[in-house]
Amino acid sequence: MTQATDAMNAPPAQGFYLTEEHHPENGTMLGFWIYLMSDCLLFAVLFAMYGVLGGNYAAGPGPKDLFELPTVLLNTSMLLLSSITYGFAMLEMARQRKGATLLWLAITGCFGVAFVTLELTEFAHFIHEGAGPQRSAFLSSFFTLVGTHGLHVTFGIIWLVTLMVQVTQRGLSPENMRRLSCLSLFWHFLDVVWIGVFTFVYLMGVLR
Amino acid sequence: MSTASELPHGGAAGDADVDTRHVHGHDEAHVHGHGPGGAAHGSFKGYMTGFLLSVVLTGIPFWLVMGKVFQDHQTTTLIVLAFAIVQILVHMVYFLHLNTSSEGGWNMLALIFTMVLVVITLSGSLWVMYHMNANMMPMSPQDMRNMP
Repeated sequence: MTQATDAMNAPPAQGFYLTEEHHPENGTMLGFWIYLMSDCLLFAVLFAMYGVLGGNYAAGPGPKDLFELPTVLLNTSMLLLSSITYGFAMLEMARQRKGATLLWLAITGCFGVAFVTLELTEFAHFIHEGAGPQRSAFLSSFFTLVGTHGLHVTFGIIWLVTLMVQVTQRGLSPENMRRLSCLSLFWHFLDVVWIGVFTFVYLMGVLR
Repeated sequence: MSTASELPHGGAAGDADVDTRHVHGHDEAHVHGHGPGGAAHGSFKGYMTGFLLSVVLTGIPFWLVMGKVFQDHQTTTLIVLAFAIVQILVHMVYFLHLNTSSEGGWNMLALIFTMVLVVITLSGSLWVMYHMNANMMPMSPQDMRNMP
């Protein structure tokens, strides 16, 4: 009798799981994407703040006096190169080649460090010239927006190094591949935000 | 005789090896299609296309601004903004592998929702604050004292 009840109960339960759409086993990638979208809103608010305050120089230096486009171009190319090398790391990961993946990740990290170093040098130069964040509303919003992006890249580098250690120790396991895919989204997303920064802040700042 | 008996054996082992590798490879491909990535990982060609397009789409705006190609700043601003939007789309497609089918369309839906919020936030802030600025700025201390 109990067996018969089990037999009657079992198929609907199984059916319940099977009628579920063919979906990824877990929502990590979707969840991470939604995190990125919330990060996108954070940057949108900072961009709006810069758009509103960017013209208030308080008789201090403006974008034309401060920004050096060759440096910005170098910075941009560093980030773009790091994006493509991360792409190569993902391709090697898909081929399950641990050594090559680690090598491309290391190159990506080097480009990331170069980007952050150039940006910090630029900030130090500004502050040295008396154009620190407290000088004017324009500079406060500039340092907040560009600094937040730089902070994201810095944390991306820390995450990258952590994952390199994990891949070295545990190999390209499904868990590590999921983590690398998340960092891939994060890294490329930061490059997308940087497009907004160099266009809206630097290029349009010099044009203003 | 011994070589003859070994050869077919070796051949068979080789075939089996190839077979397992093939099956393994297929299995991996399946895992990658639906597994950790959710979206596909892209291809070398895709990444290179995205990269070369990005180089061009970054280079032209910098050249326009640094070389002062147009006398009119407004023209340059509009072109630079257009290039930025195109480059963002290029990055979305070739680097973030965004398409309407990844994660059953939820990625795209979340992106569209976010873009709507971003447009409202940006245009709303700039619009409101510009008008407030325009109405408040010309006031000198003299004007303030003479306010009704």
